[in-house]
Amino acid sequence: MAILIDNNTRLITQGITGKAGLFHSQKCRDYGTNVVGGVTPKKGGTTVDGFAVFNTVREAREATGANATMIFVPAPFAADAILEAAEAGIELIVAITEGIPVMDMLRVHNAMKGMSNILIGPNCPGVTTADVCKIGIAPGPIHKKGKIGIVSRSGTLTYEAVHQTTLLGLGQTTAVGIGGDPVHGLSHLDVVKLFNEDPETEGIVLIGEIGGSDEEAAAAYIKEFVKKPVAGFIAGASAPKGKRMGHAGAIVDGNSGTAQSKKAALADAGIFVAETAAEIGRKMLEAMNARR
Amino acid sequence: MKLHEYQGKALLRKAGLPVPRSEVVFTAAEVPAALKALGGEEGVAKAQAFTGGRGKAGGVKVFHTAAEASAAAEKLIGMTLVTHQTGPDGVLISAVLLEELSQVARELYFAVTLDRAKANIVFILSPDGGMDIEEIAEKTPEKILKLWPAWDGGPDDALLKQAADFLGLTGAQETQFADVARKLYNVYVETDCAMLEINPLAVNKANDLILLDCKVILDENALYRQKDTGGDPDAEKDPGEIEAAKYGLSYIKLDGNIGCMVNGAGLAMATMDIIAHYGEQPANFLDVGGSASEEAVTKAFEIITADKNVKVLLVNIFGGIMPCDRIARGIVNAVNNLGLKVPLIVRLEGTNVTEGKAVIAASGLNLTSADDLEDAARKAAEAVAALKAQAKV
Repeated sequence: MAILIDNNTRLITQGITGKAGLFHSQKCRDYGTNVVGGVTPKKGGTTVDGFAVFNTVREAREATGANATMIFVPAPFAADAILEAAEAGIELIVAITEGIPVMDMLRVHNAMKGMSNILIGPNCPGVTTADVCKIGIAPGPIHKKGKIGIVSRSGTLTYEAVHQTTLLGLGQTTAVGIGGDPVHGLSHLDVVKLFNEDPETEGIVLIGEIGGSDEEAAAAYIKEFVKKPVAGFIAGASAPKGKRMGHAGAIVDGNSGTAQSKKAALADAGIFVAETAAEIGRKMLEAMNARR
Repeated sequence: MKLHEYQGKALLRKAGLPVPRSEVVFTAAEVPAALKALGGEEGVAKAQAFTGGRGKAGGVKVFHTAAEASAAAEKLIGMTLVTHQTGPDGVLISAVLLEELSQVARELYFAVTLDRAKANIVFILSPDGGMDIEEIAEKTPEKILKLWPAWDGGPDDALLKQAADFLGLTGAQETQFADVARKLYNVYVETDCAMLEINPLAVNKANDLILLDCKVILDENALYRQKDTGGDPDAEKDPGEIEAAKYGLSYIKLDGNIGCMVNGAGLAMATMDIIAHYGEQPANFLDVGGSASEEAVTKAFEIITADKNVKVLLVNIFGGIMPCDRIARGIVNAVNNLGLKVPLIVRLEGTNVTEGKAVIAASGLNLTSADDLEDAARKAAEAVAALKAQAKV
């Protein structure tokens, strides 16, 4: 089962002839993902390392039956690439590109209202269903098939949580990096709902950071509807106020979006909150044992 | 990227918004020509600096003669302004805006910004302008109204009516307000703003609306298509931050003693947090991101160690896109070039970790390896503590 992606996923890469696009298409293929081709305008009809290249997403979908795409198109053109994929009927759109203007993402967000496609990202590491299918840039070998669902804004903290749950023998169903931008596709809440309904997922790790209120929304839902054990971590407790911490979304304005208020919301929902990123795995184990 | 008031007002004026007439000067010598352009010798001299609360801190001076205007410019330019927002170090005043006096009857608050939770642009309004919105929110939250214009079409008549009613604007003022609100919305969207705050939005004694002060922040991701605002993306950055940006690195200067090289914003924050957990503070953090070259990693190492506050260096890399062996080679090159004057703790994990560790081992460098994040942070904190203890002896 797992969520979002499995062995029925047929992936294309938008921007496949770029350096990063090709490299990660190869890595995904090595992991076992069925990468059926890619898109680069004006390079249709060629192949690159065995991947068929198409001019448009629509052509690629019609020729390959692709149902998922990962986007490596440069930021100024990435919003249009997302919309092209949405309009071509690609069900799952994973936007890896970082640095997309917020106004472009507002345009995408509004254009996709009423469409059934799922957007993940932008500025995200992607999605991995352990030992089955990987979309994006996460290092494959740290994953291990198991029972924990992981959702995080940060890429490297996703890896950290994956690695720790692997070492503790818990393993993962699916790990989802939703991205660090202010306007993005799937939220923590959306992914938590999917994990809650997935019978293979026995525990959930929720990793957030300062800024916004995504984590609070997920915590409110967990408090009311989620019986599975949940562990959480919020990055940025020591971040200076008003300073943008790398992620466009990671900034504390006024008193909202602080690590303290988010941790309190998580704890209030019965989530086992890790004090440092090093104890995410242990907290998950603790939460699992507490429910037995 | 923040714009100065004079840059923001130029943007608003160009959009046809009612802004007082004003001229910017960068030296006192430019004052006579500016007053001539302004057409009068009375007005207000406003310090151009990235902070609110300029008035209370002495950054705003009324003048009635050309001599007073020159004296105000002379005093303000080059001065360090300390306000309740700047902290004790204050901010340097590099320019002064000479502006005609406005006869103010009422002060309102109007801001356009992003509501992240709704993924929608939001208007924030208050009839009590002139003070910080945080202060209004705390003391009289009922005096704040938020409204969400639709992406398609922007603010509609019903929304504008609701806003005008809340602000107590009727008749001709209501019509003026609708025009102002629509234009501000358009400026926000077309200029890729992250924040467009008009405080105060004033009603003058002739009953006209006038935009007295503005705070404009642009989306850094959109600067490639917003080149005409006059803003300086490096204005508030440390020299290390500017140097790092040239190599595609993201550097943030902080106040502690541990220099941090990390990859990814989330891991960077988590590394800071765990260092704090072990009782120390980072001196800086440098995010090498996912695609930095070996040369850029070497550069990163140079930038971090150029900070005199760095007493211990911590490298914490979880390679995703970034292979660990590239980091390792960058570090080894840097140490070979620069020498190593402080204890170095290295934790590598993820893509090509075995190759990375082999590079470090083969180099014979005198460094401390750490097994995981916890181990790395603890060893870094212990190293700082040991140095502090030695200094006391």
